[in-house]
Amino acid sequence: MEDVVLMKGNEAVGEAAIRAGCRFFFGYPITPQNEIPEYMSRRLPEVGGVYIQAESEVAAINMVYGAAAAGALAMTSSSSPGISLKQEGISYLVGSELPAFIVNMIRGGPGLGTIQPAQSDYFQAVKGGGHGDYRLLVYGPASIQELVDLTVLALDRANHYRNPALVLGDGILGQMMEPVRFPPMRDLGTLPEKPWATTGRRGGPKRLINSLYLQAEKCEEHNRRLQAKYREMQRTEKRWDCLWVENAELVVVAYGTTARICRTALEPLRAEGEAVGLFRPITLWPFPDDPLADLLKTGRVRAVLVVEMSAGQMVEDVRLVAGDRVPIRFYGRTGGAVPSPEEIREQVRELVRELR
Amino acid sequence: MDKRVVFDPERCKGCELCVDVCPESIIFMAEEINQRGFRPATVTEQERCTGCALCARMCPDLVITVYRPERRSAAGAREGRG
Amino acid sequence: MRVAFKRPDALVDMPTHYCPGCTHGIAHRLVAEVIEELGVFDRAVGVAPVGCAVLAYDYFACDMVQAAHGRAPAVATGIKRARPDAVVFTYQGDGDLASIGMAEVVHAAARGELVTVIFINNAIYGMTGGQMAPTTLLGQQTTTSPFGREPAREGYPIRVCELLERVRGVAYLARVPLTGPAQVARARTAVKRAFQAQLDGKGFGLVELLSTCPTGWGMSPREALKWVEEVMVPYYPPGEFRTDAADPGGGPLLARVGSEVSGKHGEQA
Repeated sequence: MEDVVLMKGNEAVGEAAIRAGCRFFFGYPITPQNEIPEYMSRRLPEVGGVYIQAESEVAAINMVYGAAAAGALAMTSSSSPGISLKQEGISYLVGSELPAFIVNMIRGGPGLGTIQPAQSDYFQAVKGGGHGDYRLLVYGPASIQELVDLTVLALDRANHYRNPALVLGDGILGQMMEPVRFPPMRDLGTLPEKPWATTGRRGGPKRLINSLYLQAEKCEEHNRRLQAKYREMQRTEKRWDCLWVENAELVVVAYGTTARICRTALEPLRAEGEAVGLFRPITLWPFPDDPLADLLKTGRVRAVLVVEMSAGQMVEDVRLVAGDRVPIRFYGRTGGAVPSPEEIREQVRELVRELR
Repeated sequence: MDKRVVFDPERCKGCELCVDVCPESIIFMAEEINQRGFRPATVTEQERCTGCALCARMCPDLVITVYRPERRSAAGAREGRG
Repeated sequence: MRVAFKRPDALVDMPTHYCPGCTHGIAHRLVAEVIEELGVFDRAVGVAPVGCAVLAYDYFACDMVQAAHGRAPAVATGIKRARPDAVVFTYQGDGDLASIGMAEVVHAAARGELVTVIFINNAIYGMTGGQMAPTTLLGQQTTTSPFGREPAREGYPIRVCELLERVRGVAYLARVPLTGPAQVARARTAVKRAFQAQLDGKGFGLVELLSTCPTGWGMSPREALKWVEEVMVPYYPPGEFRTDAADPGGGPLLARVGSEVSGKHGEQA
């Protein structure tokens, strides 16, 4: 599979994880991500891996916790209601400093919501999600190739930081097919050693995987260590993409599927000579605040339009960056509704008219 | 004589479960109080201890170590730890 | 003189936080003794629960993992699947296993996971202050069943062994009270058999140890042991519920279930 293949997002993410060295998948069915467990259930045995359909999302994330404790690179995937169920386990993974790879193919909520695509789990993903002071590395791919590349990166970074990493997709990204190129299969021998893993002592010192610190001072010290990791991530892990921003007076900020729709929406406007550009966060946490701030600092940008498939979540991070430097406009569809290029274009036109 | 049964008074929480199971009824609670505030179990009549280790088997706090005299033939000797 | 009984090396030499007379200490020691006797200390990985026994991760000298409340069997599954040569056990109380973690233990059993579960049933939540447990007996007063547990209000206590005995994938299943030296010796045998089922690749093993909570029950340690004997044992009859070799990969187990599971462990009142 060195050449370009046509693949569904949900299957590509599984294959990419395997290429990156993941051999353990624990999952539970939920639409719109079922092709991930289905793919892994037939693919993992081919590479000596383990697939288990757990009794619940709760059990699945805790199986990830156990496998990670024993030194494995493990993953799980789900969609919004299932990811909510995993939050306790994710918090424990963070607290015990275990690497894990998690995929959320978001669907509309709240509650059972809908199976249609959404971005309404942004807050949950980038603010922590479960209890306690913590962050996940959160990636928002906008194409199947990027989904593959970010999956490989996410697994590597999760392992590096001993912290879970999350890919945020949606039903569109999971279901659509695009040509992709996979990296070669990683030699498992090149994965980092894990002397901390609880594999049985085997002549060595006792190892403990734990998130309990009964003394407040010890627990605070543990939290300081976690925060130091998050500062390091903020320093080195931010990713973003810019399109047509060099002379843009109006910048649209969008990520994932929505960013693709925005691009389609902006293309005709560019052709008409409108000075509109697109800023696309790739890491949602750490949020690419400095590069966005740099863009807004030039003084050229007179307004920002944030577009999301939510009632307005990432827009809060954009507002934090922009302050009162430029006006921020928001346009969102939610509950599984997908904005069309036309309606986004109309939003942009209106804003352009106001600026004149 | 060598001690048959040794109680670590600082480990003892004074639950008295050992007292009830001693077939020789030689375990009693000391008058003094240990650092954790318990009256620890103790044995003074070491010569009456048979080394049966029932006390140790019931002790939740690993207070008790039991010794037995060396036998000429070890056959059939069953250690408390099995 | 030779040592006839001493602390097993698989336990760290430190005092426990358990209350006076609490039988957790006995249960810890039995597990440690068995791990040593089977010669698996260097391969052993224990999973500690949430509850009184959470600090078991400090007391056992082998590698230890602390799990979220009730999730120990899922965590153990992950460990065992990642390291099949590890000898994996969980140590769980009744709130952890039979209430919040019921799904995890049943499904780990149904998958025939090669792990060993030590289940401490003391009919109460100890750590949080003596609240009602899924195993709290009818009529038993706790801090959240102050008028005594009544079926119409609080439902019935759950018998875990009776529930699991029909689950394929279970290779060893026993219940033993920790009420005296003879019972403790029997409990040790049961724990050993449960571990042996894992080592032999036969399937899931669970030992339920009827234990005391003198503090939560408001009794002296002596009275507590007596209460286990007189009140708990009649509702939770001791015995070996499963000693067969379940084959998680399939095989003729279904045909054997009817004959292997008998009523030898007491009536089903």
